[in-house]
Amino acid sequence: MRRLIASRLAQSLFVVLCVTTLSFWIVRLAPGQPFSYTSSTITPAIRAHWRAQYGYDRPVGEQFVRYVASVARGQFGYSWSLHEPVSQALRDSIPRTLLLAGTSLALSLLLGIAVGVYQARYPGSWADRSISAVLVFFFSLPDFWLAIMMLLAFGYWLPILPAGGYADPVMHEYMGGWAAAGDVAKHLVLPAVTLTLLTAAGIARFQRAAMLDVLPLEFVRTARAKGASEARVVWRHALRSALTPIITMLGLLFPLLIGGSLFVERVFAWPGMGLMAADAIGTRDYDLITATVIIGAVMVAVGNLIADVLQAAIDPRVRG
Amino acid sequence: MAETASVAERRRSFGARFWRAPGARWPALIILAVCLAALAGPALWHESATAQGNLVTMQNRPPSAAHPFGTDEASRDVFARVLLGARVSLSVAALSVLISITIGTLYGLVAGYAGGRVDSALMRLIDAMLSIPRVLLLLAVLALWYPVPVTGLILLLGLTGWFGVSRLVRAEVRVARNRDFISAARALGASHARIMLRHLLPNVLAPVIIAATLGVGNVIVLEAGLSYLGIGVQQPLPSWGSIFLDGSASMATAWWVALFPGLAIVITVLAFNVLGDSLRDLLDPRQVDRQGAPALERPRRKHGPRARA
Repeated sequence: MRRLIASRLAQSLFVVLCVTTLSFWIVRLAPGQPFSYTSSTITPAIRAHWRAQYGYDRPVGEQFVRYVASVARGQFGYSWSLHEPVSQALRDSIPRTLLLAGTSLALSLLLGIAVGVYQARYPGSWADRSISAVLVFFFSLPDFWLAIMMLLAFGYWLPILPAGGYADPVMHEYMGGWAAAGDVAKHLVLPAVTLTLLTAAGIARFQRAAMLDVLPLEFVRTARAKGASEARVVWRHALRSALTPIITMLGLLFPLLIGGSLFVERVFAWPGMGLMAADAIGTRDYDLITATVIIGAVMVAVGNLIADVLQAAIDPRVRG
Repeated sequence: MAETASVAERRRSFGARFWRAPGARWPALIILAVCLAALAGPALWHESATAQGNLVTMQNRPPSAAHPFGTDEASRDVFARVLLGARVSLSVAALSVLISITIGTLYGLVAGYAGGRVDSALMRLIDAMLSIPRVLLLLAVLALWYPVPVTGLILLLGLTGWFGVSRLVRAEVRVARNRDFISAARALGASHARIMLRHLLPNVLAPVIIAATLGVGNVIVLEAGLSYLGIGVQQPLPSWGSIFLDGSASMATAWWVALFPGLAIVITVLAFNVLGDSLRDLLDPRQVDRQGAPALERPRRKHGPRARA
């Protein structure tokens, strides 16, 4: 187990290093040079001085190593649109993205697994086929489209939920602990449900297939033969086996969740990392954008690490 | 269903089985219709997709006989824009999927055929690339290199979309490479390239075709999302995502600007996804038949529904 964690940790670090390298080159290869604007008051000497100040006169290799070192220390540069260091700007938004993505992940796992198992119990039935049709529909929906439809439906036509934001802009300050948490929860409903519907469809499709693979196996028949109730056979015996592929699939799910939260956050003005990145497009805030890419990859890497350890805990074959 | 029926079913030509399956026929017809509209529509429809009408009288007009999808904020005919947008969205998706399928297949062939350390090193890299959120990466490149022309967008979408395909192909190659006909080809002195391209490639084509079909739907959504963020296809060229962006601000009052491109995206992507699912059922030789046999007796699937990448 310890060896497994060590090797997975090395893998995660490798991923983060890959992303850091990519983001370094994205900035480096972007059109335009730092301090290249022309003005009669800026002499070549001043420009050279600035470039030296920011280290742009050093060899590329050295710049790269310095970049990696600063990222490793959690320094992502300065956000000129927010007028504060990027790490400061991210301090508030990362927990909010994690809250949104975490809630959606939990809900979509519950919903997706329940629906998938139900379908697998009655394969080919009327219910199975109509649920499959609904799932492929949700699976095909663009994230931003569903988000806007949800916003219109429940924030405008039938205004039962707050249309956007993280908390009530005025009253939140005056609320006590529970009332404030309830306020945030109310604002969380629409974005979280949207993201849940998008990801649960994929999970359910996968769970159905995984369950159909497991149900014909001998150990399920054995459990039935020993007189276990059908519900117990399905939910206790078969599902435990059929969960392993789902945990493997989490590795592909995390990037989608982080990417999907970008659109959902933007539509619902949920002030997380995704909204910050979307806003940074307009201001060309280089450091902020590259930081969100790196942090996004770190979130995925940590998620994968947890999923791998979880899988090893469930499935003794993986421990090796 | 009786054994003989499924055997007869299997012996039917692929075209006949394809046509008999409603899950394959209908999406294929829809996709065909959308492609025809994309090819011929902009030439046949009399309104221009980019020319602006009278900015005072023709702004944000609801659907009418002259403008079946209404007009947008810049007094342009939305129907003409959706038609031209179909051309843009579909060609961006098709070309970028072509790129990613080509790279992914070659990479997977090499990794799977080489095996050993080369294989594990190549696949470790794929694992790393797969765990980078693709949207964020594309967002960074497109925002920092703004404005990226459509060819650049196609290239970027293609270059970030092949990781999943290579994994799929590699898994198939690992199974196929130990079979007798490969040993026979090697014994006959075939070169590595020949074995890979002539003998292994045809055997991994089925999952590649499925992945390509699902990939097109995927990339349509992705491109629409990027265009919705304002960093995809640039004005005045319309894509379904950028028309949606034009309409999203005034959605509550001028709903038609955003509704029609949105519907176009949903219908087309749904058609590609359903077609992909049906192709998986039809092309999987280990599957006995589509609906007849109880699913419980189905052989193990090679690949379950894939996650959106």
